[in-house]
Amino acid sequence: MAMSSQPARLKTDTFVINLGPQHPSSHGVFRIRATFDGEIIVDVEPIFGYLHRGVEKLAEGRTYTQDISLTDRMDYTSAMTNNLAYVLAVEKLMGVSVPERAEYLRVILAELNRIVSHLMAVGFWLNDMGAGGFTPLMYCLREREKILDLFEMVSGQRLTVNYMRVGGLLRDVPDEFLPPLKRFVAEMPGFIDEYEQLLSENEILLARSKGVGILSAETAINGSVVGPMLRASGVNWDLRKADPYSIYDRFDFEIPVGTVGDNYDRYTVRIAEMRQSVRILEQAIAQLPTGAVRTKLPNILRPPVGEAYGHIEGPRGELGFYLVSDGSIAPYRFRVRAPTFINLTVLPDILIGWKIADAVVTFGSVDICMGEVDR
Amino acid sequence: MTVALSPQELANRIGEQLPEAVVEAQETALFVKSDSLLDVARFLKSTPNLDFNLLVSISAIDYLEYFELVYHLTSITHNHSIVLKTRCDDRDKPTVPSVSGLWRGANFQEREIYDLMGISFSGHPNLKRIVLWEGFEGHPLRKDYL
Amino acid sequence: MAMSKIEEAEGLPISLWKVELERVDREEGLETESLKANYREPFPDPDQWLEGEPKRGLVIRGVDAILGWGRSYSLWPVNSGLACCALEMIACAVPRFDLARFGMELFRASPRQADLLLVAGTLTWKMATKLKRIYEQMPEPKWVLAMGSCAISGGTFAQSYSVVPGVNRIVPVDIYVPGCPPHPQGLLYGILQLHEKIRKTTLAKRGEG
Repeated sequence: MAMSSQPARLKTDTFVINLGPQHPSSHGVFRIRATFDGEIIVDVEPIFGYLHRGVEKLAEGRTYTQDISLTDRMDYTSAMTNNLAYVLAVEKLMGVSVPERAEYLRVILAELNRIVSHLMAVGFWLNDMGAGGFTPLMYCLREREKILDLFEMVSGQRLTVNYMRVGGLLRDVPDEFLPPLKRFVAEMPGFIDEYEQLLSENEILLARSKGVGILSAETAINGSVVGPMLRASGVNWDLRKADPYSIYDRFDFEIPVGTVGDNYDRYTVRIAEMRQSVRILEQAIAQLPTGAVRTKLPNILRPPVGEAYGHIEGPRGELGFYLVSDGSIAPYRFRVRAPTFINLTVLPDILIGWKIADAVVTFGSVDICMGEVDR
Repeated sequence: MTVALSPQELANRIGEQLPEAVVEAQETALFVKSDSLLDVARFLKSTPNLDFNLLVSISAIDYLEYFELVYHLTSITHNHSIVLKTRCDDRDKPTVPSVSGLWRGANFQEREIYDLMGISFSGHPNLKRIVLWEGFEGHPLRKDYL
Repeated sequence: MAMSKIEEAEGLPISLWKVELERVDREEGLETESLKANYREPFPDPDQWLEGEPKRGLVIRGVDAILGWGRSYSLWPVNSGLACCALEMIACAVPRFDLARFGMELFRASPRQADLLLVAGTLTWKMATKLKRIYEQMPEPKWVLAMGSCAISGGTFAQSYSVVPGVNRIVPVDIYVPGCPPHPQGLLYGILQLHEKIRKTTLAKRGEG
C-alpha cells in the first residue's frame, strides 16, 4: 500500500473516486473506480456492463442473415467492418466464394470505415485533452460527414449500414458513388496534412502525451492486446499482412509501427494508418472490375454442421466471430471476440503511477467503444 | 499466411514431453482433458519452436450434456496458430483451471464466461460478475435459461 | 458504516476498502433488482398540451410568453448518450446540422445545470438506476426526449434479459424521436416540437402539461 512520500509527521490517506458511467470523457457508459494517493493513481478497477444487451443470446434466436443487423450495432463507429467479419465467418462455415467486384467494394468500404473510426478516435482524444477544445473534433467530424454521405448513398443508412450479405453485398453501388469517392480520396491526404500541421507541434499535446501511459511490448502481447495499441508498442502484427483475408494480398501498403508505446505513438499510428488506407483506396478504385456483386444463395441459409472462426483487422484490433452451427437456420453459438474488451485488460498497467489528469488522456488513446466492450 | 499447425503432430510432441497429459488430436483442434490443461498450455507457451504468446480468444459453448471451452492460440514470432479444446461434464458446479497466470488476456474473458455461462475458473484472481449486475440470478447464455 | 473503522485505523489498509467497495457493489445490485421488479408499467406521457390552447388570463399569458421564449431558446441538454444514437446526437452539433443556432450546443456534464435529458441509446437495467438518479438531480422545469427505437421501446433488443423495454418505464417522456438511429434532421424536428410544447406549457397548469 502506498503511503505518500511526504515527511513522517503528515499522515495522508488514500481515497477512492468514481469516474462514473455518465461522464463527458468516458466515451460511452464506462466506469473506473480509481484509488488515489494525493494525485497519483494507486489502483484502477474498470467496471462495465452498462450497455450489455445480450447480443450473443439474441443471435441464437435469429437467422444468419438477420444477425447481420445485430452486428452493426456492436462497434457502432465502424459498422461495415463488423458486417464484414461476421459475413466472412459464415462464408467460411458454408464454403461459398464471393465475386470479384464484391471483394473490391468490400475492401473500399472497410477502408473508408477505418478512416471514419480513426477520425472519431483522434477527434475525441484531442477534445479530452483540451488541445484546442472542441475545434479539432469539428474538423474531424467534417470529413466524417463526407464519408457518411457515401454510406447513405450506398446502403440508405449513415451509421448502422447492414450492407454486407453472405456471398457478397446487398446490391450494387449506384453510378453516383464513384465521382465523390474519387474526389474524397484526392482531397484526404491534404486534410491529414492539415491536421498534422495544426497539431503535431502543439505544446499541450506533446506535454500531455509524450512519455505518458507507456505500454511495453511484452505486457501488450501477454495481455492479448491487438490493433493500434499493439502496433504503437513496437510489435509489427496486423492481420491484413500476417493472415490476409479477402483480397488484401493484392494491395501495396505499409504497417505503421510505433517505438515507445506512449499516447503520442498511438496517435501517430492512427494518423499514419489513415494515410495507408487512402493508399489502399486509390489502388482498389483503379482496379475495380465490373460484374455481379452477390453469389446466388437460398434466402434462408442452412450451413452444414461445424464451426468456423472468421476474423478481420478492424480499426480497433482483431475482430473475430466464432460460429457453431448445428444445421438449423440459426447459429447454435455466436461468440464475438471483441478487441476493445480485451484491450482493457492492460488498463491498470498504463494508468497506475500517473496523475489523474493523465488518466483521461491515456484512457482516450485506448479508443474504446462501449457497444463492443459490453455487447 | 498464418499456418494452422496440425493437431496430430502437436499431440505427438506433447506426448513425448508430457506423458501424463491426456491429449487427443481431432480434425481441426487439439483436445485436452481439463486436469492437464495448465501443463499443456505452459508447454505450448514456453517451448522455443512453438512460442504461442498471443491468446486470441476463449469461447464457451453449452452442448446440453457438457460444456466445451475453445482456446484459439497464435504465435506472433512464428506466425502459426492452433485451437485447443477442453470439456467439462459437471452441470451444477463446472470448474476448469484458469490460464490467466500464463496469459493475462484471459482475465476478463474468463470472468465473462463465469458471468454468462456459470463455469468457474480455479486460480483466477478476481472471479466475479463483469457484465451483469451483482445479484442477477442465473447464467443467461446457458441453453436452459428462459 | 465501516467508514469510522477506516478513519480510526492508522494508515489505510486496502483490505478494508475492498470490503467497503464490495458492500457498495452489492447494494447497487439490489437496487437494480428492485427497479427491475417494480417498474413493470410505463409512466403516463405528459401530453395534455396536445389538447389545444388552454384558457389563460391576460397576465398569465404574458408571463407564459416570456418564460416560454426564454426556456425554449436556451434548452441545455445533459450528456446522456448511451449507445449508437449518441453519435447522431453529436453529429447534430457539428456545423452541418448546427444545434448551436437553437442555443443547445452546450451539453452540460452536470445534471444540475441542465434542463433536457436526451436519452440516446439502449437503456439497460444496470444503467437504469443511474439514469433515474440523473433525472432526479435535474431541477424543475425539465423535459425528457427519448431518441431512437431502443429508448422508445427497447428496439431490436427488446426481448433481451438485461434491456429496459423503453425509457418511459423509468422517467416520464415528453417527446419520442423514432429511427435507428434517427437522422440528425429527424432529431432536429423532434427538438423543434419540444420547443413548441414548452411555449404552450402554462403556469396555470404546471405539473400537468
